[in-house]
Amino acid sequence: MELKLPIYLDNNATTPMDPRVLEAMLPYFVEKFGNSASRNHSFGWVAEEAVDYGREQVAKLIGADPKEIIFTSGATEADNLALKGVYEMYSSKGNHIITCTTEHKAVLDTCKHIEKIGGEVTYLDVQADGLIDLKQLEAAITDKTILIAIMYGNNEIGVIQPVKEISAIARKRGVLFFTDATQAVGKIPVDVQADGIDLMAFSAHKMYGPKGVGALYVRRKNPRVKVTAQMDGGGHERGMRSGTMNVPGIVGFGKACEIAMNEMEAEAKRLSILRDKLETSLMELEEAYVNGNVEHRLPHVCNISFKYVEGEGLMMGFNKNIAVSSGSACTSASLEPSYVLKALGLGDDLAHSSLRFGLGRYTTEAEIDFTIDAIKTTVLKLREMSPLWEMFKEGVDIGAIEWAHH
Amino acid sequence: MAYSEKVIDHYSNPKNVGTLDKSKNNVGTGLVGAPECGDVMRLQIEVDEESGIIKDAKFKTFGCGSAIASSSLATEWLKGKSVDEAMAIDNMDIVEELNLPPVKIHCSVLAEDAIKAAINDYRVKNGMPELELEGKKH
Repeated sequence: MELKLPIYLDNNATTPMDPRVLEAMLPYFVEKFGNSASRNHSFGWVAEEAVDYGREQVAKLIGADPKEIIFTSGATEADNLALKGVYEMYSSKGNHIITCTTEHKAVLDTCKHIEKIGGEVTYLDVQADGLIDLKQLEAAITDKTILIAIMYGNNEIGVIQPVKEISAIARKRGVLFFTDATQAVGKIPVDVQADGIDLMAFSAHKMYGPKGVGALYVRRKNPRVKVTAQMDGGGHERGMRSGTMNVPGIVGFGKACEIAMNEMEAEAKRLSILRDKLETSLMELEEAYVNGNVEHRLPHVCNISFKYVEGEGLMMGFNKNIAVSSGSACTSASLEPSYVLKALGLGDDLAHSSLRFGLGRYTTEAEIDFTIDAIKTTVLKLREMSPLWEMFKEGVDIGAIEWAHH
Repeated sequence: MAYSEKVIDHYSNPKNVGTLDKSKNNVGTGLVGAPECGDVMRLQIEVDEESGIIKDAKFKTFGCGSAIASSSLATEWLKGKSVDEAMAIDNMDIVEELNLPPVKIHCSVLAEDAIKAAINDYRVKNGMPELELEGKKH
């Protein structure tokens, strides 16, 4: 097969939409444009039917009842609704939330907001492999704890948290369990019943659906969970999220879930083989380190640090042809490297030297072969230019040098 | 964020990458930055003892494309200059030449620091007093 450039290996950021999804959505822009809340004419009925069907498709993928799906504008809104909504709804029971340091900013910053308005939040550290310590989790629960918020699969390193064990602890202690499963749903089997999840945020555009639509799963039975609406208005979505339904988006989200349901298993197998090939080949380089647990990991993700070269400089060597992302934050004003990698205990130098690869539905073996070559060549070239590599090779202890920090 | 053509050119074809013999009396070495900050530059000058002219300059840099380009450009500018002329190189000249965006200005500051550190090393080796350097903000 002919290789087409540039190659997209940043599927944790977003995924291209599947053409089958687009096809399903197209009638709902011009022809079937109705408002699903219009109860008294056929335009509304057509739209409502489409939303209902989309809701069924989404629910089915995660083993939920359609009534348990609250559509939102994306995972960030779903994270906000879950955290703030539970905090408000259960304020008479307590004000304490437990989360961890490697969560997405949509969770961490929402927790910071909750702290400002009187909540208490415990941020659990993760172990060197990115997993939380279940004993620490259990020890952090108090009689004021109302919610445990731990993500399913991490966006930077792909590490999968022990969701079943976490939910068992939550159940035992009568605490709700919320998980941000944005990177996991549609990639690996996620089942809210088997996993014991009470609330779950996820998004269409990470699974070959459109941007601008996501969902919050809210359990209705054993226990019945409620969240206080954060968006007031017409009382859509059982009063939990007002706003006219994004009909084409929901149709696309539903189709994306249906495709994932049918193809996920084969796709995960294919991608993990390609990912392993990429990782094994790149690890042939000296001083390369995989970040995060490799056994409990999403099948399409890997994150590697190439010591003594800087991530942004590294990407520049091939970013005309290959799109990946780096834990180096040299493009940001803060100059702070990835907080997720730092939470694993990586030094700033290794965090600056990392690349994240996110494979996807359209990744081919030819693309992986091209990527392996390009990255190896660039790492070697930059190490020839790196004073740190020279010192390392001469046996200088770089850690013992007194660097002038700025 | 797109890089300027000049940055891409220096990154793709860096000038004067390498190492000079730092044990020689007429070689000055400046090592600035820190691995934790994502930039380390080592810049070296070799001074012609008769004329006081910088006859060779080399660098090695750990950092982003702009850091590599800034140090590559600095070595180009150093060659053929007297040590005093080299002291006058200002980071803003580098910013202008490479069209660095505001978030990359620290790369040019680092290059200026590296030049001055190399000159000071040369001065100290040759019995001259170390120059007081004004601290610039990175």
